Order: sequence, then structure tokens, then C-alpha cells
Amino acid sequence: MVGKNNRRREPLTDAQLLMTISIGIFAAMYVAAMIFMGGGFLKAQQIFDLLNDNSYLIIIACALTIVMIGGGINISVGGVISFTCMACAIFLNGTGIAAGPLGIVLALLLALGIGLGFGLLMGFLVSYLEIQPFIVSLAGMFLARGLTTILSVNPVKVAHEGFLELVKSKIKISWLGYVAQNGNLIPAKIEIGTVVAICVVIMMYVLLRHLRLGRNIYALGGNRQSALMLGINVKRTCFYSYVISGLLSGLAGFVFLMHKPAGNASVAMRSEMDAIAASIIGGTLLTGGVGNVIGTFFGVMILATIQKIIALSPLNASWWQEMASGAMLGVFIILQSVVLSHRGKKAKE
Amino acid sequence: MQNDVVLTMRGIVKTFPGTRALDGVDFTLRKGEVHALMGENGAGKSTLIKVLTGVYEKDAGSIWVEGSEGEAPIHSPQDAQNIGISTVYQEITLCPNLTVAENMFIGRTKGSRVNWREYEKRADELLSNLGIPARARQELSHCSLAVQQMVAIARAVDMNCKVLILDEPTSSLDEKEVEMLFKLMRDLKSRGVGIVFVTHFLEQVYEISDRITVLRNGQLVGEYPVSELPQVELVARMMGKDLGDLADLEAVGEKSAGSQEIVYEAQDLSSVDCRPYDFSIRRGEVNGFTGLLGSGRSESVRAIFGADRVTGGKVKVKGKYVKITNPHDAMKNGIGYLPEDRKRDGIIADLSVRENIILALQVMKGFFHPMSKAQMKEFADEYIKALQIKTASQDTPIKSLSGGNQQKVILARWLLTHPDYLILDEPTRGIDVGTKLEIQKLVLKLAEENMSVTFISSEIEEMLRTCSRLIVMRDRKIVGELTGDQLTQGYVMKTIAGGEQ
Ligand SMILES: Nc1ncnc2c1ncn2[C@@H]1O[C@H](COP(=O)(O)OP(=O)(O)OP(=O)(O)O)[C@@H](O)[C@H]1O
Ligand SMILES: [Mg+2]
Repeated sequence: MVGKNNRRREPLTDAQLLMTISIGIFAAMYVAAMIFMGGGFLKAQQIFDLLNDNSYLIIIACALTIVMIGGGINISVGGVISFTCMACAIFLNGTGIAAGPLGIVLALLLALGIGLGFGLLMGFLVSYLEIQPFIVSLAGMFLARGLTTILSVNPVKVAHEGFLELVKSKIKISWLGYVAQNGNLIPAKIEIGTVVAICVVIMMYVLLRHLRLGRNIYALGGNRQSALMLGINVKRTCFYSYVISGLLSGLAGFVFLMHKPAGNASVAMRSEMDAIAASIIGGTLLTGGVGNVIGTFFGVMILATIQKIIALSPLNASWWQEMASGAMLGVFIILQSVVLSHRGKKAKE
Repeated sequence: MQNDVVLTMRGIVKTFPGTRALDGVDFTLRKGEVHALMGENGAGKSTLIKVLTGVYEKDAGSIWVEGSEGEAPIHSPQDAQNIGISTVYQEITLCPNLTVAENMFIGRTKGSRVNWREYEKRADELLSNLGIPARARQELSHCSLAVQQMVAIARAVDMNCKVLILDEPTSSLDEKEVEMLFKLMRDLKSRGVGIVFVTHFLEQVYEISDRITVLRNGQLVGEYPVSELPQVELVARMMGKDLGDLADLEAVGEKSAGSQEIVYEAQDLSSVDCRPYDFSIRRGEVNGFTGLLGSGRSESVRAIFGADRVTGGKVKVKGKYVKITNPHDAMKNGIGYLPEDRKRDGIIADLSVRENIILALQVMKGFFHPMSKAQMKEFADEYIKALQIKTASQDTPIKSLSGGNQQKVILARWLLTHPDYLILDEPTRGIDVGTKLEIQKLVLKLAEENMSVTFISSEIEEMLRTCSRLIVMRDRKIVGELTGDQLTQGYVMKTIAGGEQ
């Protein structure tokens, strides 16, 4: 009797509902910008610019979404980005094999290796020694920022020609382009980093949705004690969530370098906070167990759009941007708790 | 005979700070038997189970499971599952944020990819076979407590297990669901599964079990075939009393119909979950709502307390019209309420036993009128004694108490506030026989002291012993009000079933 309408639609889960809200708000905001600000917002390139400028943020926001779903937190991602950028920049400016085309691949491996190292270390401390994730990743952040300045106090520009070629290379889509004032067709340009970021979103979506590890992470965040009793290896699951987030922050560092080819101690400052904000706006709960990366993607886009709108408006100033982002976050958290408590009341059937 | 044994535990010792929860306990489970594990609240039943399933590491002793060489290598619930032990724990251990199907299969799928469609199909089949009103893709948090309990049971029985452990699985189930569970247990039994069954419902023990092991204060009292241990003797063994002492326990006291003064009166009271109804209670009266689980009895009292959103009705307290739209209003008007779902509405896990007891009184007094520490201690002590709460000290965090003792703490919390009108929804669920009688006595004593009480219980016998008036509900409507001679088991049952003959 129950089995027959097996695939009937279930009501939206909390995560889906929150995600739908954030997609809706993004759409509304963007349309409003198109109507009231016109100009750049009417071109497809505007969307790609938002993506190109924030591809690294999309990746670390995914990294944070995963640990937050598991009930943890990782604020070292920004630090790891700056460390990887610096390390890769110095490596690419080296001689020998580093100077050749193979150097780019090695730099990528170096970036991933650094991220993995941080992930393994923090994952071990959080999962097996059961130290508070906030404290562990705070230490990770200081460690990464410290290591960056040890490598070099001054900015290091990448001089590797092959790499700079990579930085300049863009995917061009002419039918999404626009005609400039002088009559030339300017095609839409997409950076490699954007493609990488989109791939990461898709991969993490599949991981969280379809792989055993992904579902175990949800179980862990939903109720750790229950997850243990259900026969899930909670320590290993938690460990993997940090390893993945570390790996992603290393990758984000490399993507950042492809966008701005210079190592710098102050790179990606505060980006961990943006990543947390984006996750929350996308429907991830700080308490764990709820969230998904598609929502997070739109969370990043919402933050990016606000900043763009303010940058193009007469209010252009960094404090306005921060205040607007903060206000947005506040609105979302209030919205979330209102929606969830309203649902909680009528949830019982 | 020895070949029949699937599980042997010998000399199990487990100590927690301040308590020796298990002290050299032996336990033997045979193939195809239902083995009841009995004992008072805090006797160590759940601890024994958790040691067996690797939730706790034992301090001493050994465990053998049929099929594995030497001592069973169990260090985590995962190991226990792999070795063929499946468990339904006392507290529901499922993840509210996952779907029903995921809760049934997570932690026991093989390979890194999971074909959830496949599992959802299996889950739906299992659910409809067992008659559980849930859908595979439904989020668990949207299911009622009883359904969650059934899902946990479905998960456990679906595993190909040698040993099935059920720790108070029936405490939130209604009669029909219990019947179904028993059918399932008999089925598994005939397939040679050994079943460990913990409950405080004695009739259930005698209905289904083959053998009984009794624990008291973490020590083994003995193992008996059911036929050799009559009910009174079982109770005596559990409580460590002689048969003679039991007789005066049974005498609960006089039921009270109260004085003429009406303490609480509602007209057309309704909430989002309950239809408009009229209700009143007199000073010193004990009455009860009865009906099957889901008949609306809990929803009705929740409306009185403002626990669900109240949608209409007029309410008079002590003759004056008042507005009660949330629990705080209700408490200010002298109404107290012990909720049915104590996991969700009840305990604050990290606070101490004392703080948990004082909580409601403190709220009633307001936070600007703090109580002295000595006074708090005195109150806590009084109720720890009255309800026989087994705790290392007042300062022990409530989460380290046994399930039944946690319930007692919450009951104490409301008794302590001494409201004019107290609503108790399933106050004795999960509480051992001895204390059940104590609680019934206490309710009648409070009524004598002019408190009005509304009592809800799935055990009709308990209601008959305490209530002078029973309001019977069916399908979310009041279908009868019984007093005096009508208060017999048979008549109440007939009214509950009612109409449809
Ligand atoms: N995690 C813990 N930390 C400290 N003490 C504990 C813990 N778990 C149980 N205890 C103590 O061990 C004793 C036995 O508890 P247990 O839960 O096994 O009782 P039980 O027989 O299952 O009782 P109930 O019928 O109430 O469920 C109790 O005194 C309890 O306070
Ligand atoms: Mg127990």
C-alpha cells in the first residue's frame, strides 16, 4: 500500500527549503540589479566575472559546508590559501624542472600536498584526539599564516611564463558575448578557475548525496551518538571530512594563484569568514547535519552580487560592503530559525 | 544443551565515576529464546547491553559469541553489528536529519557508493510488511516518536542477526504495535535468533519470554525459566524484598473526586492539533484522559498548557477568565505539565540532577528571586528520596542517570513546583513497578493536599487506581466520560473501542 507511490514527492527537507530560499533571493537580487543598475548586469559577462573573481571562495565554501554538515568547523582555509599561493609562487620562480612546463603540474601537486597535510593534521587532532575543531583550525590558521611570512615577507610575483600563459588563457563563448561601442564582438570569458570551482561543486554534491562517506557525514552532524550506535565509524568519517576540506583549500590556493599570480601574506584574509557566511546563507546549519553545496554555491553568488552592487553604486566603500554582507547574514539566520521553528511545530504527523 | 548457547557473558564489571553499574554479572542467551532482562531503574540493564555492543569498554569479564573463536572482538557498535548482534537501544538512536530509509540502512551498506533507490525500495517493502505508517523518503524528524521507535525496530530485525537486543522497545508503542512486535519476535525466535528483551511491563514479560534474568544494583540475582518465577516473586526479586512486604505496597489509597470548587475550566478550547472541547477540573480531583495512542489525549492536555499553538476557546482559572497561549502563561496561572516526549521537551543533559529538579520552580519564581543553595539542596534531597532516584549525588549530570531515573527527575521537577493543577502525561513510562506504585500513591497524596491532577497513561489499570473520572477519546474527539461504577477495565476498554461494533 505504501510501496506503490514510492516515488511520490516528499515535502522539501529543511536543507532543500533553505537552499530554495537562497536561490530565490539570488534570482530576485540579480533581477533587481538588472532593472535598477542596468549596465554591466545586463551582460552575461557579469555573471562570469562574479564566478571568475570568486572561484576560490566557491571552493573553500564547499570545504566549509562539508565540515559544518559533519558538525565541525574549519577556519584555517584562508590561511592555507595564502600559504599555498606563496609556496607555489616561490616554487614556480625556481630553476630547473620548476621552470619548465612540468613545473605547473608540480606546483599543483605542491598545492594539493600542502592542503592535504593541513587536512590530515587537523583531522587527526579533531577526530582522534577529540580537540575542539574551532581551536584546532584556529591554530591551523595561525600556523599557515606564519609559514607564509616565513617563506617571504614581501609579495612574490610569479614569473613562470607557462603559468602566466595559463592565467591569461580563458574559455571564450561568443554567443554569450556583447557588442562593444566600437562595434567589435567581445565574447564572454571564463577562467579556468571557474571551471575547476564548478567541477568541485558537482563532485562534492555527488559525494554528499550518493557516496557512503557523504551520508555518514550527515549522520555524524545529525546526532553523533546515534551515528556511533548505528554502526558508523564516526572518528574516521570526521577525519575524512577534514582531509577533504584541507585538500580543497589547497586546490583553492592554486586557483587563487591562477587568478592573481602572486604570493602575498595578506592574501585571502578573512575569506574563511566569507566562506562560513556563504555556507550559512546557502542553508547550512552551524549545528550540523543540514546543508548542501548547491546552496553554498548560491550563497557565494549572493555575497558576490551584493558586493558588486555596492561597488557600482555611489556607496562604494568597503564598510558598506561588509555591513551589507553582515546584514544579509543576519537576515538569513533569522529567516532560517523562523522557517525551521515554524516547520518543527507542524512537523509531527 | 551447551551447543544451544549463542552468547555468554561472564563476570562483567563496569564502573562509572561514583557508581559500580555492573558487578560481576553473568548472562547466557540461548538460540531461539526470548530472554527478559529485568531489574529496577538503574539496576544496570542498559549498561550490560552497552557493554555487550561495544558502546562501553568493560572493566573486567569476558564475552563469547557463537561463531567466533575465543572472546568476541567487540569494541564498537560496528563490531557488534558485524558479528551478528543487532540492537534497539533504550533511547532512540537514529539521526533525525536523515530519511527513514537512510536510518534503516546507514552503517551497514557495503562499498563506497550507495544505491539509495534500491534501499528505498527495500525500506518501503519492509515498512509496509510491518505496517509502519512511514515512507522511505520521509525525513525522520517528521515522524512521531512511536514511528521512530518502529523504524529502529525495523532496522534491527532486518539485519541478519544471531542476537537481537530490545531495550524497552515498547515504552512508546500502543497495544496494536506491541502485538505486531511480538509476532515479529516469535517469528525470529523460530528462526533461531536469541532475543534479549528489556521492559517494565510485567504482562509483556510473561506473554513473550522463555527465561528471565534479574539484576539488582548491578549484581546478578539469578536466572529463571518463566514458569518457575511467578509475577509476585519476580517483583520481590527485583526489589530485593520479601513477599510479605509487597502486600502493603499494593494498597495505593483512596481516590479523590475533589471539592466543589472548580480550579480550571475551558470552553471550546482548541489548538492546531486538537479540536474544540470543553473540560473542567475541581480542586483536589484526579481525572484522566484515556484512548489509544494518537487518539488526541496528549494533544488535548497540551492545549491546556499552551504547549501547542492555541487557536480558540475561553479559559477560566479559579473563576477568573485568563489567557493561556504559551507555557509561561500556564505556569503563572499555577498549571504544571509533564510532557510525554521527555527527550525533546524535558531533560537538560549537561545540568546536574539538582539543577534539573529546581528548574521549573525557578522559572515560576522568576530569575530575580534566586533560591538559596541550602534550600535547593533540601528540595532536591526530598524528591530524590521520595521517588527513589538512583544517582551518585545531586551534582551528577542527569545524562549519566539510567533512563528511568531521568524520567523520575523530570517528574520531581513538576511535583516540586506544587502547582494548583498538574498535568502528567505518561509519568510512569519506563519506570519500574515499585516506583510506579510510589508515584500513584504520591499523586493521591497530592490530591488530598488539594492539588488537582490530570493523569494520562497507556496502562488503564493505573488510571483506574488513581482517577475518579476518565475522559475517553477516540479519533481526536471526546466520546465518553466515565465515573463511579463505570470505572472498570472492561467498561473503559469498551468505550475506547466504542461505536464501530
Ligand atoms: N554514562 C554513564 N555515566 C555514569 N554513570 C552511568 C552512566 N550510564 C549509566 N550509569 C549509571 O549506571 C547505573 C545503571 O544504569 P543503567 O542505565 O544500566 O540502568 P537500567 O537498568 O537500564 O535502568 P532503567 O530501567 O532506568 O533504564 C545507574 O546507576 C546509572 O546512574
Ligand atoms: Mg535502561
